[in-house]
Amino acid sequence: MGAEKEYKQEQRATKEVDYVQVIESKSFKKLMHDRRKFIIPLTIFFLVFYFLLPILTSYTTFLNTPAIGDISWVWLFALAQFVMTWVLCTVYVKKAASFDKQADQIMKEMEQGGDSR
Amino acid sequence: MSSTVITLFLAIVVLTLVITFFAARRTQTAGDFYTAGGGLTGTQNGLAIAGDYLSAASFLGIAGAIALFGFDGFFYSIGFLIAYLVVLFLVAEPLRNLGKYTLADMINSRFDAKKVRGAAALNTITISTFYMIAQLVGAGALIQLLFGIDYWLAVLIVGVMMTIYVLFGGMIATSWVQIVKAVLLMAGMLIMTFLVLLKFNFNIGQMFTNVKSVTAHGEAYLMPGLQYTEPLGTLSLMLALVLGTAGLPHILMRFFTVRDAKTARSSVVIATWVIGIFYVLTLFLGFGAAAFVGYEAIIAANPGGNMAAPLLAQAIGGDLLFAFISAVAFATILAVVAGLVLSGASAFAHDLYGQIIKKGKVTEKEQVRAARYASLAVSVLSIVLALFAQYLNVAFLVSLAFCIAASANLPVILYTVYWKRFNTAGAVTAMLTGLLSALILVSISPSVFSPVEGAALFVGEPIFPLTNPALVSVPLGFLGGYLGTILSKETDMKRYAEVKVKANTGYKRSGVSH
Repeated sequence: MGAEKEYKQEQRATKEVDYVQVIESKSFKKLMHDRRKFIIPLTIFFLVFYFLLPILTSYTTFLNTPAIGDISWVWLFALAQFVMTWVLCTVYVKKAASFDKQADQIMKEMEQGGDSR
Repeated sequence: MSSTVITLFLAIVVLTLVITFFAARRTQTAGDFYTAGGGLTGTQNGLAIAGDYLSAASFLGIAGAIALFGFDGFFYSIGFLIAYLVVLFLVAEPLRNLGKYTLADMINSRFDAKKVRGAAALNTITISTFYMIAQLVGAGALIQLLFGIDYWLAVLIVGVMMTIYVLFGGMIATSWVQIVKAVLLMAGMLIMTFLVLLKFNFNIGQMFTNVKSVTAHGEAYLMPGLQYTEPLGTLSLMLALVLGTAGLPHILMRFFTVRDAKTARSSVVIATWVIGIFYVLTLFLGFGAAAFVGYEAIIAANPGGNMAAPLLAQAIGGDLLFAFISAVAFATILAVVAGLVLSGASAFAHDLYGQIIKKGKVTEKEQVRAARYASLAVSVLSIVLALFAQYLNVAFLVSLAFCIAASANLPVILYTVYWKRFNTAGAVTAMLTGLLSALILVSISPSVFSPVEGAALFVGEPIFPLTNPALVSVPLGFLGGYLGTILSKETDMKRYAEVKVKANTGYKRSGVSH
């Protein structure tokens, strides 16, 4: 089976790679730093934005005031949740492309023996 | 049953059987069976995720809830969608990079421990079972209404169909049934929305003005608070919805059907667009039903509001549209239950039998055979449970499944990928604390005990006040994992380094067979 052969090759590759060395490398640390800087603030943002809706509807009534005709602010806020989701999706994909490039670079360094400190 | 309904119903049956026939010929290995050989494109998998996720509860339940309760029905739509940001930002890519067939594989990439795999399999089985009973009981009741056949026959038809797809066609058949269903469902939603808007002269403002005056609730219909009056209860439900998706085994399993993390990412994006558009359209269906079917007629057909969308189809599009929407609802049910059978079977056959009992020493042929036996067993068991549960009020089981997924699976997934100190003991305590706290709290909650007869499973005063316990059980799941870790000494920095590198780069995923 091709699968088994691949598996064995991988076992060998696993033994050769010093992962601790990889995570200590400059390029990997930079990837982690960039990812964190991007993902943590945005995750906090969308969770806060999301919970703001039930919190505001549960504890206040000001979203019930009309915005456009009979459409009140609560509907616009709900719509904003959808827009936010799609925007963040698009932003994430754009940003992730640059993470992919960094990851490819790290894997290249790993294959070359890995010392990039 | 009209001849149009029968024709469309049979068309779906034949179409899905043809899919299964071709899929069966391509299902040779365990990889084919569990993950369609990892060969789906991002678009295919994105549509399949939508097909796996958008259950009859979403399609008929939310349309009904909006028709009956206005804004409060829309809460579900928002929670179910934003959940995909959690999946995209935190879970999908590391999961694809570390896992093989199941969630347990992913967690075990860091801990080679039977108890970790066992706990993960237990969570998968529990979540899939609850979700499945809710789906099958709902399906039985619904098909009974749509096609006028007996409940037991309806459950049996759905049960036999799902068994055939999974047993013979595995993940390939399941994926394509889900893709076809997603396309049909979106087509149905768009047609209905178009017709509703046509009635309002494509003026959304006019639609809001109209529904404000036609329902018995008057102005309150357009404001939150008709259904959810307990602030903490609302927050708890919203928490379960937004965090649950990223822990649902049948959704997570879909990420193993693509080649790499990049494709997993693009499939989440496609799914998020499709699912988002779907949930926006639920609004038009709900408002349309409120305006053109009316509260009394919806309640008369089904107290839960599940018939709102089909009745709306009848009202604005006549018999033909009613038949089409009924057939779409049937396809919707089939696609979701097939995904659930597959995830339950993977936990039994791959995790419990293949990895724990046989310690991974199974040939490709034995794996496929075990997967097929497990699918059959899971199907038969679910059908039997659904037949017994006909008269039970099981609607709460869907949100319970989300709650368990959020409490028992999400903490361990996040800790495995992101927390250096996390260890075997922590993994087990995180999963068991989350699972047990969700189960125990629900069993003493208003979902199970109600002073009003028939409103819940048992008559009595609930001890725990929240219908959905996520607000307590999710923090407990995280706390359980934290305490389990710091109270035990074991750490393996080398292993974590490996997991960290693989999760973030996709370097040499373990045990890839394609």
